[in-house]
Amino acid sequence: MTATLESLQTGQHARVQDVQGDDSLALRIMEMGLLPGAEIEFIGRAPLGDPLEIRVAGYHLSLRKAEAHRVVIEMI
Amino acid sequence: MSLAVDRVPHLAVVGNPNTGKSTLFSALTGIFTRTGNFPGVTVEMKLGRLKTSTREAVLVDLPGTYSLAARSADERVTVDVLLGLRPEIGSLAGALCIVDGTNIERNLYLFSQVRDLGLPVLLIVNMIDRAEKAGIAITEPELSQRLGVPVVFCNAHDQSSVALVQKSIFEFIEQNPPAAHGTDLAAQQASNSDFPPAFETAVNELQGLLSAHGRKMPRPLVSRLLIDIDGQIEQAEVQPWPELSSHLKRLREQVSAAGYRISGIEPRVRYAAIRKAIAGLEIRPVRQAGQFSEKLDGWLTHSVFGLLIFIFMMFVVFQLLYRGAEPVMVLMETAFGSLQDLVGGMMPRGPLRSLVTQGIIAGVGGVLVFLPQIVLLFLFLAILEDCGYMARAAFLMDRLMTKVGLSGKSFVPLMSSFACAIPGVMATRVIENRKDRMVTILVAPLMSCSARLPVYSLLIGAFIPGVSFLGGWVDLRSLVLLAFLSLGAIVAIPVAWILKKTIFPGETPPFVMELPPYKWPSIKTVFQRVYDRAAAFVVRAGTLILLTSIVIWGLGYFPGDHSRENAILAEMEETRQIFEDPLQRRENLQQQLAGSDDAPPPSPVESASLENELNSLNQQLKEFDALMEKLEGELIATQGQLQENSFLGMAGHWIEPIVRPLGWDWRIGVGVLASFPAREVIIATLGVIYNLGEGMEAESPQLRDALINSRNPDGSPVFTIPVALSIMVFFALCAQCMATLVVVSQESGSWKWAVFTFVYMTALAYVGALITFQVASLWW
Repeated sequence: MTATLESLQTGQHARVQDVQGDDSLALRIMEMGLLPGAEIEFIGRAPLGDPLEIRVAGYHLSLRKAEAHRVVIEMI
Repeated sequence: MSLAVDRVPHLAVVGNPNTGKSTLFSALTGIFTRTGNFPGVTVEMKLGRLKTSTREAVLVDLPGTYSLAARSADERVTVDVLLGLRPEIGSLAGALCIVDGTNIERNLYLFSQVRDLGLPVLLIVNMIDRAEKAGIAITEPELSQRLGVPVVFCNAHDQSSVALVQKSIFEFIEQNPPAAHGTDLAAQQASNSDFPPAFETAVNELQGLLSAHGRKMPRPLVSRLLIDIDGQIEQAEVQPWPELSSHLKRLREQVSAAGYRISGIEPRVRYAAIRKAIAGLEIRPVRQAGQFSEKLDGWLTHSVFGLLIFIFMMFVVFQLLYRGAEPVMVLMETAFGSLQDLVGGMMPRGPLRSLVTQGIIAGVGGVLVFLPQIVLLFLFLAILEDCGYMARAAFLMDRLMTKVGLSGKSFVPLMSSFACAIPGVMATRVIENRKDRMVTILVAPLMSCSARLPVYSLLIGAFIPGVSFLGGWVDLRSLVLLAFLSLGAIVAIPVAWILKKTIFPGETPPFVMELPPYKWPSIKTVFQRVYDRAAAFVVRAGTLILLTSIVIWGLGYFPGDHSRENAILAEMEETRQIFEDPLQRRENLQQQLAGSDDAPPPSPVESASLENELNSLNQQLKEFDALMEKLEGELIATQGQLQENSFLGMAGHWIEPIVRPLGWDWRIGVGVLASFPAREVIIATLGVIYNLGEGMEAESPQLRDALINSRNPDGSPVFTIPVALSIMVFFALCAQCMATLVVVSQESGSWKWAVFTFVYMTALAYVGALITFQVASLWW
């Protein structure tokens, strides 16, 4: 089973392997810098559990679990 | 209004959100800007003049965006303006692309898209001071050489830096005379060799297909059509030519077969090119663990404290709106009341005077009375937005709002609507997604605004027994009030859900949002935003609200013969003049007896002599008092008669069969019709109908008693608990607020949505009141 961004814990670092799907959401995620090869740090979850906050390309990005689920990662 | 006729060069200003774009725009153009509206979309763009003694340019401030991939008609406007396809703006001399120097990689993505449109671009690297602190070491000419466009560094908060930017803009215009970059973007060939050949071939083929079909499209738009799967361009082009769908599918598969997944092709190509261009410019992330912004964020998004702080902030905003605006509003109402008296006193009695005082002055007052709330809310929101907190508010509340199919960005507008739907609807501009924004606009008027309160307090005070439970801790009246305050919000949940399923269907839009670093808000930006919103309300919504007020005045005034009313009023005035001196003296005596803050009540001895004088005065004025009482009675009866016989009164009679099942008589019907301009008007209308005069307020005991004691022709009471509940449910759900409807039409871009809001809310209100009355009648 492949790990996705959704499964990360606070403080963990990872590298993006793939953004799944071939649609406008995939484009949107990649436009924000979540490209294969990008390094990310998991900052935390919103108090109600969703959305998530990550650091990518030197800035902070918030995305929902449903979107994070598309992002396949490998731990570093 | 054509904005393209003057020959001043027009430049678009583009950039990501949170780059300081609006700060720079207002620093360059000043506070007073024009707003360009585009028919059919909710986008508005600000146009500002950039001026020196010899040169001039117009800057068009486009909405902040991360990408040109258009998902909605609103986002499409940005692309069209840049391509010179919007007649309101005309062709551009170039684009100013503002990027955040501390986050240059992601910011250059949009820049690279804009540059590929074929337009001359000036790159403005903002926040350069912070970027330099973060370790960026490059000069303007160096970066310019790497990116192939002129570059200027900038700190939007620094006057001298802004002056340099201004100079660079005029140099940029001189270097790019309009003829040089050719207006025929359609003829332009593949300029960006970064994309793989398979992609360029597909774009060429698509352009050929389109032009064979009689659709000449600029090449940049053709590649956007190919890239943006199910984007706005695709939707717009497929509609008149359905076969295009299969062509697109084939061409996209063709590109994919060559090894480039279509959704990934643009970000991969562009980011690869950007990284190459800025290679060696390794910048340390500005946001690092242990920094102030990071620590603050730890608290503000903390699972417990984050929520508590958020609830506290919203409580403060709400209190400000609800209570803070009130004294100013009361002051304005008093001022407009005095103005009515003053102007009215200078005019002869008749329709004209009534039009001026009751129609125009009251209408203008009805517009301006909303200003304190609008100014306060936007002051607060602009500060929160500019310091970076609003993104966190959306982050915190997103989970909650997704339950009804909205996003976290809808929370603050909806919460503000509990004070007043007008600033609430205006605050929906932060919601980029059109569908989410529309649903938020349409349900915002359901929130229980402060104008519903007088209606509730009158009817609850009159008809709900004042009993308490749990040893006095819980009071029935407060419970009922609480129930009515939450009714709208509870109903809004299924309404939003249904709207999302039916009128605005589609996948949940992505919630991919930047959480910018915290910073001190810029006073200028905050002031500019408050001014913009207030001006937009007064100028655009205000005129329409005023017109409607005048129409409603006319319906309530005509066709009755007001000569009897005028005669009584004249007689009252004359009588008062005859007895002016003793009346004045009596008033003085009464004041002295009552005492005031400045003068304490008189001693018992003084008191007795004053009482004596007052008694003799009262004796002397006995005749006068009796006459005045008689005249007043006649006047109120005449006014009640006039109201019943006015167009509004006729309509009230006409709708009686419709409102009967709600337990209402024609008088309540008139009250509801007359309260179309604003809910609270019903109090004054009921005052007239129940022959108490116009000056009634929710707390007036006479009005309360009149309601309790009013009887049907058969002797049964008009108002019972079921009737009172039915009226309150109606007012909780109805759209009796013209100003809100005007703002809905303005913010949604079409009056049809205002009609829709009115119809759906009135239907809900009617059904709700019907069920309430019928069910409640089983008990009482």
